[in-house]
Formats: sequence, C-alpha cells, structure tokens
Amino acid sequence: MKRLLPFSAVAALVAVWFLAAHRQTSGLFPDPAQVLLGLVELFRRGLLAKYVVASLYRVSWGYLLAVVTAIPIGLLLGWYRRGEQALNPLLQLLRPISPLAWIPIGILWFGVGDMAAIFLIFLASFLPLTVASMNAVRNVPPTLLRAGRNFGLSNRRLLTGVILPASLPQLIVALRISLGVAWLVVVAAEMIAVNSGLGFLIVDARNAGNRYDLVVAGMVMIGLIGLVLDVSIRQLEKMKALKWGYGA
Amino acid sequence: MGVRGVTVPAPSKVVIQAVSMRFPTDGPPTEVLTSIDLDVKDGEFVCILGPSGCGKSTLLNIVGGFLKATSGNVLIDGQPVTGPDPRRIFVFQERGVFPWLTVEGNVAFGLFRLSTAERAERIAHYVKLVGLSGFENAYPQELSGGMKQRLEVARALAVNPDVLFLDEPFGALDSITRLVMRSELLRIRRAEKKTILFVTHDIDESVQLADRVVVMSTRPAAIRRIVDIEMPHPRDLSSPRYIELRDLLLEEIGLAHKI
Repeated sequence: MKRLLPFSAVAALVAVWFLAAHRQTSGLFPDPAQVLLGLVELFRRGLLAKYVVASLYRVSWGYLLAVVTAIPIGLLLGWYRRGEQALNPLLQLLRPISPLAWIPIGILWFGVGDMAAIFLIFLASFLPLTVASMNAVRNVPPTLLRAGRNFGLSNRRLLTGVILPASLPQLIVALRISLGVAWLVVVAAEMIAVNSGLGFLIVDARNAGNRYDLVVAGMVMIGLIGLVLDVSIRQLEKMKALKWGYGA
Repeated sequence: MGVRGVTVPAPSKVVIQAVSMRFPTDGPPTEVLTSIDLDVKDGEFVCILGPSGCGKSTLLNIVGGFLKATSGNVLIDGQPVTGPDPRRIFVFQERGVFPWLTVEGNVAFGLFRLSTAERAERIAHYVKLVGLSGFENAYPQELSGGMKQRLEVARALAVNPDVLFLDEPFGALDSITRLVMRSELLRIRRAEKKTILFVTHDIDESVQLADRVVVMSTRPAAIRRIVDIEMPHPRDLSSPRYIELRDLLLEEIGLAHKI
C-alpha cells in the first residue's frame, strides 16, 4: 500500500494536468496524451536517444572531472589547515555565483559547443564538492586520527587509510547533491551554448513553432533521468562498509 | 630471586619525571598536572585512579606522545617520548575502532609492514585470543560494545607493543560486561606480558586489576598516594584484604563509606 502512494500522487497530477489543459482558452498548453505522442515522435525521428545521450555525455565529463579534482583538493585543504585558511575565503566568494552566470565566460573561452557546457557543469559541481570534502576532513573523529598515528602511519597512508574512508559517508552525500546540481546546469547550458541535448530541445521546440508538446516532453525526460541518476547514486549509500555513517 | 635471597627489582619501563601541564586559557593558564613523578616497571600493571576531569587522561596522553608536557620528561626504555609510537598502543573507549573495516581489517590495520602470511597468522591468533572467532567479517556496527572493545584490544596487541595505554576502556560498558572484560583483560595479560598503564575513575576496577594504584588528587592533579595491591590473581572480591584495600582507596579519594 505504501509503495503505491507515490504512484497515486503522479496519477493525481496527470489528472489535474489533463483537466487544466482542457479548460484553457489559448490551446497552446498540451495535455498528457499530446506529450506522450510528442515523446513517440521524438523517438521515431531518432532525436530522443540522441539528445539524452548528448546531455548525459556533457554531464558525465563535467561531473567526473569535478569529482577527480575536487575530492583530492578538498581533502588536502581540509588536512593542511594553512591551505584551507588561504583558499576558503576565495571558495566562499565563488560559491554564491550561479554557474549560469558563467555562461558568457564559458562561451568566450570555449566557444559554442560541448566544451562550454562541460566547463559549466564542472564549475557547478567542483565548488560544492571541494567545500564538502574540506568539511568532511574536519569532521573526522580525532580518536580515529590518533589511532592511525599511533600505528605509525605516514601522512600519505593516513590520508588514504583513515581520512578518506572516514570522510566517505559525507562525501557520498555531497556527490549525490552535486550530481543533481550538474543535471540542473546541463539543461540550462544547453539552452544557450549548444545545439543538441534536452535543454536545446526545449528551446528549439518553442522557437520552431510553439511545439509545447515537445517542450513538456523534454521536461518529462529531464525529470525521469534526474530521478534515475539520484536512485543510482543512492545505491552507494547502501554499501556495508559505509553504513556506519548513516546511523544504520 | 637474586643472589643471597635479595629480590632483583625489574627494570624501569616508563619513567615520568616532574611532568607538569598547563593549558592556555583567556585568563591565567589552567594548571592540570603538577610535578608528577612515577616509575613503572617492565611488565607492571599500573592503574591511575582519580576523579573525573582531574587530568589523569592528560597524563596518559603525554606518556603516549599525543600531548607535549609544559615541563618535565617522559622516558620509555630510557628514551624520551617525542610522539606516538607503534611500540606502545593507546586503547580508547570503543569509539577507537575503524567503522569502515571488518573485524579482520581492524586487526590487520597496524600490520601493513608484514608479509601476507605473517599478517594472516597474527589476525587469526589475536581474533581468537580476544574471543571474536566467527566474527572476522563483521563490521563494528554489528558488534556489541564489549565486542568492539575486545576488537580494539586485539588491534593493539596484534602489532606486539611493549606498552598498552588504556584510557577508561570499559567506561562505556554496562556493569556486567565491564566485569567480564576485566577478567578477559587479566587473562590476555597472562598470555601476553605487557606493561599496562590503565586510567580509571572506578575504585573497584583498580583494585581488581592493578599491581599498583596511583591515586590522583583533584585538579591540578598531583599524586596523593601509591598503593601496592599485592594480592595474587584471581582476586577474591569478598576477601577482607580486598575490602580493606578498596576502603583505603575510597578514603584516599575522599569518599564516605556509606551512601
């Protein structure tokens, strides 16, 4: 019964949407069936797979680049207090700047294309991940650090053998949140900086003759893929070696 | 026994010389330890007994190399202590085990310099010694408090240290588990002769375990008295001598005999 609750909420939304679409006067807003047909049309024209792949490609590159740089940098900054003291104000200054504000700079540096979008996604995930990794190190229980030191670990071993694993539960939460942000940003970046992807689909469908059925079809796909990404990354939290960090 | 019936004293293992500790504060620095002198023999079990917050843990941290004394020296085997060292392992209250490692992984933690075969042998030996056989692949969150404490002791013993520092190791356990753990610790000590410095605020614990009890005063802590517990193990907890020693310590700590 409990498992059915989310589905009934979706069903209710579709019903309200259906009613609203049939009471409008402009006739531009599509009803659920038209959106479904829109999706079928996109699929037949081969655009659905193409755009989804294009968006995922950009997110993967931007996000992975951020993960492999931000986590080591954040851990080192958290570990070497001096580094944190030097760079934290700069990070805090850059963080409130929305990644979207970087779009003109991204286009200036990388031109209109994949690189600009990847750059924006990288920026959007890099800063929160760095800050989260830095904080995660600071929250490592001192007893564990002392135990590590007591067994004669070198700094490098201490970093990989104690600090990284002790930070992992917090890092995984940060990974999940920043993946969500990356997915939000790719759509926005595609509206401006490229000519493929789900974000482009939405802008293009509107510009090319008010195809609001395709606009909403794009939105539905964005939501579904975001959900799949979140569910997948949540699987990491279920790892047995990590469970201690989630009060389980 | 030495020549002509004269007892040869065991050599000193840990020598604490005039150790004082002051922590800086906004006002005048807080004095925590004043001029502590203590000589711990090789293989001796010494309990440092004192009221909560008296600074006995600070003393243990200085001896363990985690804190630097404001003045005075600590010598182990004649060498000044400059930092933590794998030859002497600190055992914390159960929170010291690594939650992301299994029982085996925790015991193996300090053994990274050994060959795989030697490591496996040590793991098997110490897991068995502390009575955790069958739990090799369990994670700490699947263990009880007492089992986590056993695990930490196994991890410490596995690197074959000469000295163990135990900082109220059984403080977080329920009273029944605590009693079991004490006799376990004595059993393990018979198997592995180590010098042990054990910090506690529990008078019974000190009389049950120690060869000598060092009674500390309240802050700033100084040594009030050192009491020899010359009773052989296993100790009878209702023997007149046990009660006499316990009452002596109660009085020394400044507590009444009645509640």
